[in-house]
Amino acid sequence: MSSVLYDAPGPRAKRRILVGSLIAAAGAVVVLVLVTIKLDQQGQFESEKWAPLTDPSDPRFPLVWDLLGEGLQNTLIAAAWAMLFSLVIGTLLAVTRVTAAAWYRWAVVGVIEFLRGIPVVIAIFFAARALPELGVDLEPLWFLVIGLTAYNSVIIAEIVRAGINSLPKGQREAAESLGLTRGQTLQLVLLPQAFRIMLPALISQLVVVLKDTSLGFIISYPELVRTAGFIVQNLKNPIQTYLIVAVIFIIVNYALSRLAIFVERRLSRSKKSVAGGPAETIALAESSMAAGGVAGGA
Amino acid sequence: MGVIFDNFSLYVDGFLTTLKFCAFALVGSLIIGTVIAAFRVSPVPPLRWFGTSWVNVFRNCPLTVVLFFCAFGLPELGINGEYFWFGVLGLVLYTSAFVCEAVRSGINAVPAGQAEAARAVGLTFQQSLSIVIMPQAFRTVVPPLGSVIIAMIKNSAIAGAFGVPGDLFDVGEVLTSAQGLAAVPVLTGVALGYLAITIPVGLLLGLLERKVAIAR
Repeated sequence: MSSVLYDAPGPRAKRRILVGSLIAAAGAVVVLVLVTIKLDQQGQFESEKWAPLTDPSDPRFPLVWDLLGEGLQNTLIAAAWAMLFSLVIGTLLAVTRVTAAAWYRWAVVGVIEFLRGIPVVIAIFFAARALPELGVDLEPLWFLVIGLTAYNSVIIAEIVRAGINSLPKGQREAAESLGLTRGQTLQLVLLPQAFRIMLPALISQLVVVLKDTSLGFIISYPELVRTAGFIVQNLKNPIQTYLIVAVIFIIVNYALSRLAIFVERRLSRSKKSVAGGPAETIALAESSMAAGGVAGGA
Repeated sequence: MGVIFDNFSLYVDGFLTTLKFCAFALVGSLIIGTVIAAFRVSPVPPLRWFGTSWVNVFRNCPLTVVLFFCAFGLPELGINGEYFWFGVLGLVLYTSAFVCEAVRSGINAVPAGQAEAARAVGLTFQQSLSIVIMPQAFRTVVPPLGSVIIAMIKNSAIAGAFGVPGDLFDVGEVLTSAQGLAAVPVLTGVALGYLAITIPVGLLLGLLERKVAIAR
C-alpha cells in the first residue's frame, strides 16, 4: 500500500517490514498470554461467571438475555425519539438562523452556543431534576429524550446550516428569480438538496445519540447499561456482562458507521449530487466527525 | 442565583478538580492517540490492524461502558486505585481513538506529491517527515483536534457522574440530591462552570486555527 509517508517498498524494505510484523505479532501474543494468565488467576474464566451469559442450558440464561434484550430495546427507543425530535428542532433552528433578521439572530446563535458548550450529561441531569420542580412529571424516558434533544438538536442545526451553505449560490438565486418566496426557496429547493448532502453526517450523529442514551443510567432509565448493572449486582460478573454490552454497542454502531460511509460513497458517485463533488461531502463528513467528537458523550 | 454565591468555594473547588482531571486526560489522550495514529499509518500490517481495532472499539463503545470497565473491571483483576485515576484512564482510552482519527486525517490530507517531491530532492524519511509533512499535517489537524479536546472536557462530566469526587458535576449532584437545593440555579451554576472552560478554550483554538491556516 502506498502512502504519503513512504514509497512502495523494495526488497530490503519488504524484509524489514516482515521482521517488524513478526516482532509486533510476537509482542501482541505475549501481551495476550499475560492478560489471559492474569484473568485466569483471578478466576475470570470460571463457568459460574460465564454460564448465565453463554450457556443456553443454564437456568439464568433466558432471564439474563431477556433483560439485555429489553435494555437494548429501551436504548433504541430513546435514541429513535431523540433523533426524531433533534432532526425536527435542529432543522427549525437552522432555518431560523439562516433566515433570521440581524436583530434577533444573536439570540438564536446564543442558544445554540450555550447548548453546544455544556456537557450532554448536564443537559440530561438538568431535565430530570429541574422539570419535576417546575411541575412537569414525566417518565424517565422523556427526561432522557429531552436532555438528548436539547444537546443534539443544536449540533444537527449546525450540520443543516453547513449543508445549506455548501449549496451553490445559483440555487437560491435561481429559485428567487423564479419568484419563490424565501420560505418556498428553503422548502422546495435548498433543504431537499441539503438533506441529501447531510445524510452521512446525520447517520454519524445517530451513532453519537445511541452512545449517549447510555447516560440514562444516571436518571434510572432502564437502558442497556443500566440493565447490565442490574445483572452485575446479582451475578457478580462485571467484566463478562459489560463485555457483552460493549460488543452489542460496537456491532450496532459499527454497522451504522459503515452505512454512513456507504451512503456517502453513493452520493458522491451519483451525477445528480449537487455538492461540488466529493470534496464538499468529505468536508462535511469531517465536520460530522468533529461533531461526533464534540458530542462524543458516553 | 444566591445558591451559587453561598456555595461559591464548593464551585471553585469543583472547577479546579475538573480542570486538573481534564489536564491529565488531555496529556494522556494526546500521547496515546498520536502513538495509535502512528500505528495506523505504519507500513507494518499487525500494527495497522491493532490501531484500526483500537479506534473501532473505543469510538463505537459508549464512554459509560469504558468507565464501567475501568471502575468495576480493574478492581476485579486486583488492580485498585483512586477513582480519580480510573476516571482519567477511561477518558484517555475513549478520547485517544478520536485524537488518532484527527491526527491520521491530517496526515492523509497532505497531498502525496509533497512527500514525493521531498524524496525526489533527496530528503531522508526523518527529514521529509519533520520538514515537509508534519508542518503541513499540523495545520489540518488543529480544527478537528480542537473539537475533540472540547468534547473531552465536556465528557469529563460523565466521569463526574460516575463519582470522581468533587468535580463540577459532583458538586451539582451533592447540592441537589444530598442538600436538596433547587435544581435550576445549582445546575445553571454547574453549566456556567463548564462554559467557563469550553468557551475560552474554543476561542483559543479558533485563534490558533487562524494563525496556522494556509490557503491551499
